[in-house]
Amino acid sequence: MGTLKNSLSMLGNPAIINFVLYGVLFTLIISVVSVLFSVVIGTGLALMRNYCGKQKALLLKVLSVVYIEMFRNTPLLFWIFICVVFWPCPGFVDQAMFGLSSVNNKLMFKAAVALILYTSGVIAEIVRGGLNSVARGQIEAGYSQGFNMIQIMWYIVLPQTFKAIIPTLLSQVITTIKDSSFLANVAVIELMARTKQILSAANRYNGTNAINVSDVFVLFGMAAAIYFIINFTISITVRRLQIKKRTSNGILRSSNMQETYVLIQENMG
Amino acid sequence: MSGLFSTRAWNKIWLYRGTFLLGLANTLKTAAIALIIALILGIIFGLMATSNKKVLKTISRIYVEVIQNTPVLLQMCFLYYALAFSGHSPGIIVTGFLALGIYTGAYMAEVIRAGIEAVPKGQFEAAQAQGFGYVQMMFYIIIPQSIKVILPPMTNTIVNMIKNTSCLYIVGGADLLSLTYSFVTGENTGGSYAPAYIVCGVIFFLICFPLSTIASTWENSLKKREQKAAINLEATEA
Repeated sequence: MGTLKNSLSMLGNPAIINFVLYGVLFTLIISVVSVLFSVVIGTGLALMRNYCGKQKALLLKVLSVVYIEMFRNTPLLFWIFICVVFWPCPGFVDQAMFGLSSVNNKLMFKAAVALILYTSGVIAEIVRGGLNSVARGQIEAGYSQGFNMIQIMWYIVLPQTFKAIIPTLLSQVITTIKDSSFLANVAVIELMARTKQILSAANRYNGTNAINVSDVFVLFGMAAAIYFIINFTISITVRRLQIKKRTSNGILRSSNMQETYVLIQENMG
Repeated sequence: MSGLFSTRAWNKIWLYRGTFLLGLANTLKTAAIALIIALILGIIFGLMATSNKKVLKTISRIYVEVIQNTPVLLQMCFLYYALAFSGHSPGIIVTGFLALGIYTGAYMAEVIRAGIEAVPKGQFEAAQAQGFGYVQMMFYIIIPQSIKVILPPMTNTIVNMIKNTSCLYIVGGADLLSLTYSFVTGENTGGSYAPAYIVCGVIFFLICFPLSTIASTWENSLKKREQKAAINLEATEA
C-alpha cells in the first residue's frame, strides 16, 4: 500500500471531483424521477389489481397482474438491455445536453424507462399493501354518502393509503438509488459508471503510471461512502417516520410482528 | 421486434441452446453457493443482533447498514478489482458468489433478527428458567416459533438474489443474462434479439415466480392468522 498517497491525491484533483459530483447529481435525478413516475404507474396498477375484479374490468386486472409478476420476477438488467434495443426514443433526447453526448442521453433515457417500468411493478405491490390496510368500511361509508368509485378512491382511500406507505416508499427510494447503478452496465452517466471510468484511467492521474490496489480502495471507497451517506440519511428518516406513525396510532403493545411486515415489504425491492 | 416470428432466429436459438443452458447452470451455481454464504452470514449476524452484548450488536448493525446502503454492483466491482489488481484474480463466478453472498447475508441477518425478535420475551425467560443453554434454547424454543415469520421474507430475499446474479455482467459475465447478451450481440450468433430475450426472461420467470408466489401466499396466511389471533385475544379480554 505504498501508493496510497498517490491514490488519495486523485481526490484532490478538481476535474475528478467535478466528474464524480455530476455523477451523484445524475444518480439522484434519475432515481427521484423514476420513483415519481413509478408511483403514478404503480398506483394505477395496484388499483387495477385490487378493484377490477368484475366482468368487464377483469381484463384490466389480468393485465396488471401479468405486468406486476413479469417485472417482479425478472432482473432489472434484463429490462435495461431490452429497452436499450427496443424502446423508441423521441427526437429531442437525441442531442448533446446536460454535459452528456447524444448517445449517452439516448441511453440514459432508455435505461431510465427500464428503471421506471421495473420499479412500477415493485411500487404497485407496496401501494396494494397500503390499499389493503384501509378498512373496508371506509369504501362502504363513501358509497353511502353518494360518492362514486373514483371519488371514493381519490378523496377517501388513496390519501389514507399514501399516509400509510410513505415509509415504505422512502425505502424504495433507497433501493432505486442502488438500482440506478445498473445503468453503469450500458452508459457512463451516474456515480457507479463514473467511478469505474476513473479507475480505468487512474494511471494517468495518480502519478505512478499504473493502476494500483490502493486506487481501487480509494475510488470505490469514495463511491461507497457517497452512496452510504445518501441512503443512510433516508433510512434514518424512514425509521423516524415509522416510530412516529406507531406512537401516533396509539399502538402500545409490542408490535414486533408489525415491524416484521414492514421489513418484509422493504425487502421486496 | 427483430426476428420474433422468424423461424431462422428461433432455429438459431435451438442450435445454440448450449449457451443458455450454460448460463442457467452458472446462474444457479452462483446463486446456490451465494445462498449458503448468505445463510451462514445471516445466521451469525442475526444472532449477534439479538444477543445481549452491545459490541456484537454494534458489529452486526454496521455490517447490515454498510452493505444494505451501498449497491451490490459497487461491492462486486470493488471485490473484483481489489483482488485483480493485487494479483489474486479468483475468476468471475467466485467473485460473483462471494459478493452476492455478502450482500444477501445482510438481508438475511435482518430477516433472522426480525424473526427472533417477534418471539415474545417470556419464551426466552421460560427457556432459561428451565435450564436450557443458549443453543438448546434457540434450537428447541425460539427457532421453531420464528421460522414461520422468517421464511416468507427469506424467500423474497432469495428471489432477489437470483435476479442479482445478473450483476456478474459488469465483471465479465458468465451468468444467464450476460451470456444471452453476448449471444445477441455476438458476431456469428447476433441479431435474434427478441427470441433470445424471451427465452432468457422465461427462464428467469420460471425460477422466480413460484418462489415469490409461495412467499406471498405464506405471508398472507400468516397475516390472516395474526388478525384472527388478535380478534380472539380481544374477545377473551372482553
